[in-house]
Amino acid sequence: MMRKKTLKKTIYYVIVTVIGFAMIYPLLWMIMSSFKDTNTIFVTAGSLIPEEFTLNNYVNGWKGFAGITFGRFFSNSLFISVVATIGTIVSSSLVAFGFSRCRFPGKKILFAGVLLSMMVPAQVLMVPQYLWYQKLGWIGSYLPLIVPYCFAIQGFFVYLMVNFMDGIPKELDEAAKIDGCSYFGIYRWILLPLSVPAMVTAGIFSFMWRWDDFLSALLYVNQAEQYPACLALKLFSDPGSSSDYGAMFAMAAVSLIPIVLIFIFFQKYLVEGISTSGLKG
Amino acid sequence: MRKKFKINIYKESTAGILFTLPFTIGFLLFLVVPLGISLYYAFCDYNILSPAVFTGLKNFQTMLKDNLFWKSLQVTFFYAVVSVPLKLAFALLVAVLFLKTSKASAIYRAVYYLPSIIGGSVAVSILWKRMFAMDGTINRLLQGIGLNVNIAWLGNTDTAIWTLIILTVWQFGSSMLIFLSSLKQIPSSFYEAATVDGAGKWKQFVSITLPLLTPTIFFNLVMQMINALLAFTQCFIITQGQPLNSTLFYMVHMYNQTFVSYNAGYGAALAWVMILIVGTVTGLLFATKKRWVYDGGF
Repeated sequence: MMRKKTLKKTIYYVIVTVIGFAMIYPLLWMIMSSFKDTNTIFVTAGSLIPEEFTLNNYVNGWKGFAGITFGRFFSNSLFISVVATIGTIVSSSLVAFGFSRCRFPGKKILFAGVLLSMMVPAQVLMVPQYLWYQKLGWIGSYLPLIVPYCFAIQGFFVYLMVNFMDGIPKELDEAAKIDGCSYFGIYRWILLPLSVPAMVTAGIFSFMWRWDDFLSALLYVNQAEQYPACLALKLFSDPGSSSDYGAMFAMAAVSLIPIVLIFIFFQKYLVEGISTSGLKG
Repeated sequence: MRKKFKINIYKESTAGILFTLPFTIGFLLFLVVPLGISLYYAFCDYNILSPAVFTGLKNFQTMLKDNLFWKSLQVTFFYAVVSVPLKLAFALLVAVLFLKTSKASAIYRAVYYLPSIIGGSVAVSILWKRMFAMDGTINRLLQGIGLNVNIAWLGNTDTAIWTLIILTVWQFGSSMLIFLSSLKQIPSSFYEAATVDGAGKWKQFVSITLPLLTPTIFFNLVMQMINALLAFTQCFIITQGQPLNSTLFYMVHMYNQTFVSYNAGYGAALAWVMILIVGTVTGLLFATKKRWVYDGGF
């Protein structure tokens, strides 16, 4: 009986490990290839371990193209992602407070708007928004990549925070109200500090989405020195502009670092965000 | 004395309107207005550079005769109908595997859903393109286990779409997490009772787990279906719709029409047709909901 159980357990772990290895094999291959000599990557594509370990690809890749280094592209990405994320968190929490704590005319219709903004996917808005931003003269700047997010346009985050704030007891703000606290005071001193977990979740997802937002960058950013990392990486990989695959793999690996760091340090929030609100990873 | 207009921020309704004002503005400015404008352009001949000319239903008539429109619809639906069920099946299977909690399973679980966290990135798309290249790791690995293959996965009309499907299925992790959290809510007493009644593991899965999971399956199905119909980045980077348009996703066709051929009016029409398609598909899924989704508590 004991033996049968051990056998079962062994089989279980073998299966789970084999599938798990297959799952991360592509990533391992990318990382390992980035340490191989660039000429040998495809000759030795079947094996993972580099025969000769080299950092040259990182040095060459970092040089970027057209005289602009990847350092510049990464700081562009960082700037866009951080500003848009702060805008998202601040605006979404303000709006969520309004929905959670106040009754006002038109609230139901407006909340239907939140649900609608959750359902209309960014991709179908690609052409409509482009035509509108073009009218506003925003093409070629970071404005379309940042400004909309400062207006709580992602209903997901508003919804997430409303749910969270609804779970915070109303007795707290009643007490503050009696003491003469304004609504903004209640938001600032009671609800805001208490809803930090929801804001962290929203912040993580917002940052990841903005970091990976290739489509907006493709449409709205024209000048090479303004490129975020994802767009630079795409051009870097286009045939003709570079056949240095080692450098390409190296920069691809570097571009994943922020996401992987989030994954390592904020796993709890990621898992919670995905499994309770169905946020797409 | 003129009565001074004063906003009383202590009044509940005023506060509510002020707090939600960012969304009200954003919703109008970045959602309603663009959609409205594009609805107008959908009935126009518009190339972005010169003023739009109203042409009525012409864009929609063009669409009916546009071979690439039909081709892209066919490709997109094939991709969605194949990749989504496969992805959900994998997600459910692995979620069941992980239900037994142990110290190790947290790490394993992380490995399994890492792909869905990074899968949408350009880096992974580039990686995929190289993996399935003639001299990429896939061919080499298959040769390594003794198969004499040298397939141009991305250059063949039969295989190219499958590289994109595999990429999608590979990202089953987030669906898996959703399944996992629902699985954990099923009371263990159900299984204990079934065991007493002599039901085997498979019987328990089919008669207890699956029915109780149908709401979660439904939720995942709707979400993933919409995502699949709107897939863009991976196709755009990996195949560009080639070879012979065998992987031309609807969104890529729309992109090409608008930003490569500068038929922005036609592009707007394509966008609106997609909105209607997504709405219809979601509506149809909801219409079937009553037939197979369990909606009682447990």
